[in-house]
Amino acid sequence: MTDYNVIIGMEIHVELKTLSKMFCGCKNDPFHAPKPNIYTCPVCLGLPGALPVANKRAIEWTVKLGLALGCKINLFSKFDRKHYFYPDLPKGYQISQYDLPFCHGGKVETSFGPIGITRVHLEEDTGKLIHQKVNGRNVSLIDFNRSSVPLVEIVTEPDIHSSAQAKEYAKKLRQIIRYLDISDCDMEKGGMRLEANISLKNDKIPALPAGRQMTNDKSITNNKIQKEELPKYKVELKNINSFRFLERGIEYEIERQKEILETGKTPDQETRGYNAEKNITYIQRSKESAEDYRYFPDPDLPPIRFNDRWFGEIKSSVPESIDLVFNRWEKNYKVGRSLAELLFETADEAKKLEEIFFNLSKQKLPVDKFINLVVHKKIKIDLFKQSVEEIINVYKKSVTVDDVSDEELKKFIDKVIKANPQAVKDFKAGKIQSINFLVGQVIREARKKIEFERLRRLIISMLD
Amino acid sequence: MKLNKLTLKNAIDLIDRKEISLKDIYKDVNEAIEKNNKKFNIYLSLDKKAEETAEKEKNKPLKGLPIAVKDNFLTVGLPTTASAKVLDGFMPPYESTVTKRLKEAGGVIIGKTNMDAWAHGSSTETSDFGPTLNPRNPKYLPGGSSGGSAAAIAADMAITSIGSETAGSIRQPAAWCGVVGLKPTYGRVSRYGVVAMGSSLDSPGPIGKTVEDCALILNQIAGKDDNDGTTSSLPVADYTKNLKKGVKGMKIGICYIDNPKIKGTPVAEAVVEAGKFFENQGAKVDLLKTTLNLEKGKVLSHEHAIGVYTVVQRSEVSSNLSRYDGIRYGKNRSNFGHDAKNRLMLGTFTLSKGYADKYYVLAQKIRSLYLKNFQDLFSRYDLLISSPSPSFALPIGSLGDDPMFGELQDMLVEPSSLAGNCGISVPCFHDEKTNLFLGLNIMGNYFQEEKVLQAAYAFEQGTKWNSWIKMLKIKY
Repeated sequence: MTDYNVIIGMEIHVELKTLSKMFCGCKNDPFHAPKPNIYTCPVCLGLPGALPVANKRAIEWTVKLGLALGCKINLFSKFDRKHYFYPDLPKGYQISQYDLPFCHGGKVETSFGPIGITRVHLEEDTGKLIHQKVNGRNVSLIDFNRSSVPLVEIVTEPDIHSSAQAKEYAKKLRQIIRYLDISDCDMEKGGMRLEANISLKNDKIPALPAGRQMTNDKSITNNKIQKEELPKYKVELKNINSFRFLERGIEYEIERQKEILETGKTPDQETRGYNAEKNITYIQRSKESAEDYRYFPDPDLPPIRFNDRWFGEIKSSVPESIDLVFNRWEKNYKVGRSLAELLFETADEAKKLEEIFFNLSKQKLPVDKFINLVVHKKIKIDLFKQSVEEIINVYKKSVTVDDVSDEELKKFIDKVIKANPQAVKDFKAGKIQSINFLVGQVIREARKKIEFERLRRLIISMLD
Repeated sequence: MKLNKLTLKNAIDLIDRKEISLKDIYKDVNEAIEKNNKKFNIYLSLDKKAEETAEKEKNKPLKGLPIAVKDNFLTVGLPTTASAKVLDGFMPPYESTVTKRLKEAGGVIIGKTNMDAWAHGSSTETSDFGPTLNPRNPKYLPGGSSGGSAAAIAADMAITSIGSETAGSIRQPAAWCGVVGLKPTYGRVSRYGVVAMGSSLDSPGPIGKTVEDCALILNQIAGKDDNDGTTSSLPVADYTKNLKKGVKGMKIGICYIDNPKIKGTPVAEAVVEAGKFFENQGAKVDLLKTTLNLEKGKVLSHEHAIGVYTVVQRSEVSSNLSRYDGIRYGKNRSNFGHDAKNRLMLGTFTLSKGYADKYYVLAQKIRSLYLKNFQDLFSRYDLLISSPSPSFALPIGSLGDDPMFGELQDMLVEPSSLAGNCGISVPCFHDEKTNLFLGLNIMGNYFQEEKVLQAAYAFEQGTKWNSWIKMLKIKY
């Protein structure tokens, strides 16, 4: 088999958790609505004469995300109408951004290398179709609670080269977005939706000359990749709602495309979905001809100009990058990223954690041990509700040991060894874990707080 | 005198002085409606409870007086169709800002008036519910698209009315029906709840019997609306306050009368006469030259405007009508009329990939030239005057099969509409033989409604063309 280069670009949609919707005052809470079509008004229902008014907070959050991803910001920007027909799109067009997205040209680091961010833009979500039986008839119902919820789209350059990298990128993006506290990124409910454009190439596959690619409307800014390098087809894997499915779907797709290429054919340009039960991708719609969305600037929405003051305000709302935070923790407190990331989501929470770390180390208490206990739920504390002082006190209590001499302990150990011959036998036979059982028994017998490691060593010395 | 012939201003004063009752006004208005509505086809729907509602509004500024509203304004309790079959029977669940403000000020919407379907047209002949006839002479068209509202005033079937203009749709029917129509600056009056046509152009405004009536209504409907992001937050003047200030010291430029279509016609003569009038009133009046290229101090020809306007408006129309997809509002897409389909197809084409640059983008570029031209002209002149239409009202059936009928009708107002300026049409000639009128279009810079109204008021008071003033002068 020939070696192929995997080329993947991703488009990720994220619903912002603003209080109200993108272009009207309706409540933005589609996932917790008690009934369909209750958070609606003339604007998000697309009634005749209704007009959109942009949600300032959503604009600010989009720019904030862009800045966190190292993007350049278009200080003059606008909204455009993107036309297509679908029953969940009441106006016949979606308000989106075309040639002047709020943010462009950013970067996200992964362990496989950096991934370029082509653009970050703001748009509105659609309603939701529900297909069900009513009075014995198959019908399609429309729920507009989600209609016009602010939706951010993050588009990458085709810089991703494996399923693992795609997964790492998507996870990291979610981490950054949660860190900024602008979205819950609830994948299961559709609050974060993943799309991957996948194609393979090797020297044998002809590429289109520059400028004659099938252009993706969304990648019209700053495409730094040499167009000549891209294969002349791509398969869009759409509406993935878990990182695992993303990884598996891409792996399946790579194999599928390989097989086609091996026969000398080119895979069809199409949109595919992923079936988790069968672990396959399946065709949803052919994309032989490029869609024409007839974009034009939405005349209902005045263009957006960020003046120095407004832009400055947004800039100052961007927290220190999460990578820098992890690096500092590593350096100052010997805290590993993989464990630390389990402790928090938002930047505010990271600040609180750092305060705890700082105070622990000031009191010469081991931070790594603290994290271990918290992660494994060995101590009962609420990191973000209790005060730093309270938390440290609980921790101190849990790690203080009683003053017991070795002689005293040996008496208890002796008793436990005699009472548990099977465990002793197991240990001697090489079952190392059975020592933990013996340690537990000794602690119980002694009814004292004793350091685990000290006991373990003592028991082993006595068994030898 | 029949009380339906009262102007808004007179009616308010007489009710204030308790010289007449609302009941008497409604009696005469209803009588006129009963007598003539079938004949002229002006109202598509009427509020039977209008008079009942009116009694409760007596103490508010508009005194419960009956107002006719173009059928593209959403009104709770009255169907709203924009004269289009697709929306036949649509009962709006919310109220347009304009009608809401009128109601809050004590106005009563007596009925909804016929128009060109979707406001596409300049004759009211394209209405899916039949044409409206010109009450001044029923063999003629009332103009459009706000033909029904202008006709309601001409026929004294309301005390005052509301229309909307994209390019000419207030001023041209006002001219043809011999009434007064004010197209405010884009963004001065909210579009919220008005069935959208050309969203970057649509301007709701008053159509009334006198300039003062229009000022009174503008006072109520103008101003920032949180539901319309394109409305301006500039403060709203009391437009009646300086009405009588006159034009002394103003600089006025006369536009477009060198246009071959109107040169030497009564239309051009009437505009020149109006110029003389303003000169006699103490204004400095210049005759401006039209040029094909942008030149300082000259008027950029409307010739480009027809193309620009057609492309911009069709593009926006094709987008705005896409919500009538057959899933909602009861009627499917086969109910779209010939003209709407025409516009949908042209607009879809001009926005299509590969063509958008050639048409839509180019049109917007040229549009910006008109903005520049008007900024230059308004740095030299307080006001510009011209005609809102190249002719008198045309006979019924003139529309024929001409898809560009409206654009040729509106060519003289399209440039200023594209720029977003304000303008008013006041009667400036009356033909005794046909009983038809010509209008004078007085245009002002952005948010200069006050100045426009001042000049219009001076003209109206100093000339004999306004039929109500003539009548009331004799009577009172």
